[in-house]
Amino acid sequence: MKILVCISKTPDTTTKIAFTEGNTKLDENGVQWIINPYDEWYSLVKAIELKEKDASVTIHLITVGGADTEPIIRKALALGGDEAIRVNNNSNDSFIVAQEIAAIAKEGSYDLILTGKETIDYNSASIGSMLCALLDQNFISAAVKLDLNGNTLQVVREIDGGEETGELNFPAIISCQKGMAEQRIPNMRGIMAARTKPLKVVEASVTNATTHIKNFELPPAKSGVKLIDPDNMDELVRLLKEEAKVI
Amino acid sequence: MVLIYIDQDEQEIKKASFEAISYGATIAKQLGTTAEALLLGTVKNNLADLGKWGANKVHHVNNIVLNSFDARVNATVVAETAKSLGATVLIFAHNLNGRAIAPAVAVKLGAGIVTGACALPKTDAGFVVTKTVFSGKAFASIEISTPIKVISINQNSFGTVISDAIATVHELAVAVPSSTLKITSVHKIQGEVPLTEASLVVSGGRGLKGPEHWGVLLDLAKALGASTACSRPVSDADWRPHHEHVGQTGIQIAPNLYIAIGISGAIQHLAGVNRSKTIVVINKDGEAPFFKAADYGVVGDAFEVVPALTAAILKSKSNA
Ligand SMILES: Cc1cc2nc3c(=O)[nH]c(=O)nc-3n(C[C@H](O)[C@H](O)[C@H](O)COP(=O)(O)OP(=O)(O)OC[C@H]3O[C@@H](n4cnc5c(N)ncnc54)[C@H](O)[C@@H]3O)c2cc1C
Ligand SMILES: Nc1ncnc2c1ncn2[C@@H]1O[C@H](COP(=O)(O)O)[C@@H](O)[C@H]1O
Repeated sequence: MKILVCISKTPDTTTKIAFTEGNTKLDENGVQWIINPYDEWYSLVKAIELKEKDASVTIHLITVGGADTEPIIRKALALGGDEAIRVNNNSNDSFIVAQEIAAIAKEGSYDLILTGKETIDYNSASIGSMLCALLDQNFISAAVKLDLNGNTLQVVREIDGGEETGELNFPAIISCQKGMAEQRIPNMRGIMAARTKPLKVVEASVTNATTHIKNFELPPAKSGVKLIDPDNMDELVRLLKEEAKVI
Repeated sequence: MVLIYIDQDEQEIKKASFEAISYGATIAKQLGTTAEALLLGTVKNNLADLGKWGANKVHHVNNIVLNSFDARVNATVVAETAKSLGATVLIFAHNLNGRAIAPAVAVKLGAGIVTGACALPKTDAGFVVTKTVFSGKAFASIEISTPIKVISINQNSFGTVISDAIATVHELAVAVPSSTLKITSVHKIQGEVPLTEASLVVSGGRGLKGPEHWGVLLDLAKALGASTACSRPVSDADWRPHHEHVGQTGIQIAPNLYIAIGISGAIQHLAGVNRSKTIVVINKDGEAPFFKAADYGVVGDAFEVVPALTAAILKSKSNA
């Protein structure tokens, strides 16, 4: 079985967000880049778990991004990918990214494509769904569990207020979130091995952006917390009723 | 024409879809066109009633097969219908089903998409949609440059606009591709409002010290009629079920009121709750970072403050 795991790069979760160039660009000064947590903790580790159960599984990584994504993809190789492809396209238009991934996916005929639920920077939650349309394959979004039973995939996905279990066959696209797998730390052997694992660079082929970021804005700062005496909860109730009007 | 996708679950229209209709209807007015809703499958609701939220017409693909959700099938049917009706703007709720199909529909229509919008688009020059990015730490204004535009709207960010209008209902015959996905079971958390739909949320962190101490929090939630949530270490330790975990790696919510009890306010936690309209923080440490993101704060021991707050709420309710 061939699994394609989509890996994206995002600012570390503790990054203080600031913008430059007239609020049109993220200020990358001092930003630590990490593998998008959903891709690392859930999709990639799930692929590794499947490989641990069945040695014939191969794990292929794909990232769409500039040369600066290579440390991220090396880390993903260190965790357990077998080989990686980087499509040299810096676009952050989801439609472009999805088309680049779809082109690779068509060539490689993968049985399973795993994505994260969303990236934690642009929070688009789009790539998996777009691949569903581009490849005309089944898509399960926000999956919390995946089991393999012969050729049948059993996938549990989050629905509003609960979970739904479905059965489907290969090929399929699954977007992964918490519950899929447990986070792992790369070990020394993995890090050494990653240095020599194949990382192929493919030139960009899609350029027709459908969206453009005009500018960013930070939310207005909270005007400051109103502290209430712990012995006067009637006052808090009054404020919630009369001032905030939320109860 | 603005086409709004109506999401259903067990033959009930989802709350998020009513908000999506009001949002779409407001955009339709802005553009001087009609707002039309699209429902796949059968529901118990009266479809003409969708006029109340602003739909002029409801298109109904009355095929029972569509009652179970298959992203591939639903996206195909929605895209085909949008094409044949000539929709120029498509609106989805940014709930779980909306997220699963809106981008696929956009691809099928060659349309640009903005997911997780939090305000009306600006349509005076171009078509610019504002959304939250960096897990709520910032906003981005994004221009869609394609003839057809797709937007999914964040829940609880627009609200509903209600009138007495009624919609006309049109039955549509659309070819439905066969599904190769078999839904084998559905598990619903009984009796609770789903966190993403809740307007009041009471949430607990490690400060509550253990699952056996959750009673004070549950009493408060009950008094308010609120849903319950928790921080990640709490669900990781199995003090509370995983579906209650909010934050960057959990559920992102935007209720009217979020009460955080014994939660320090780590940036990853805030990422899931910072779109809440009003935040109350109860923490015994006045230096806890959460106070910086709060509207109201109580510095004190949760085990004393929370029961007192519950009592005050019950008292104010009995006086009302
Ligand atoms: C990549 C990444 C992603 C993450 N994602 C999430 C996420 O999605 N959601 C999330 O919540 N966390 C997430 N975290 C973890 C996050 O960084 C914090 O560790 C976590 O939110 C802390 O949980 P807490 O506030 O419950 O516990 P603590 O930080 O231990 O805070 C407990 C608080 O309780 C107070 N307290 C103690 N006793 C009392 C009392 N008797 N009365 C009142 N107050 C009391 C203390 O003063 C303290 O402020 C993530 C971390 C990483 C690295
Ligand atoms: N540039 C990219 N390269 C490879 N995969 C990506 C890229 N951007 C997003 N993805 C994948 O798509 C998922 C959802 O991302 P998004 O739709 O951008 O929120 C991520 O978790 C990744 O698995």
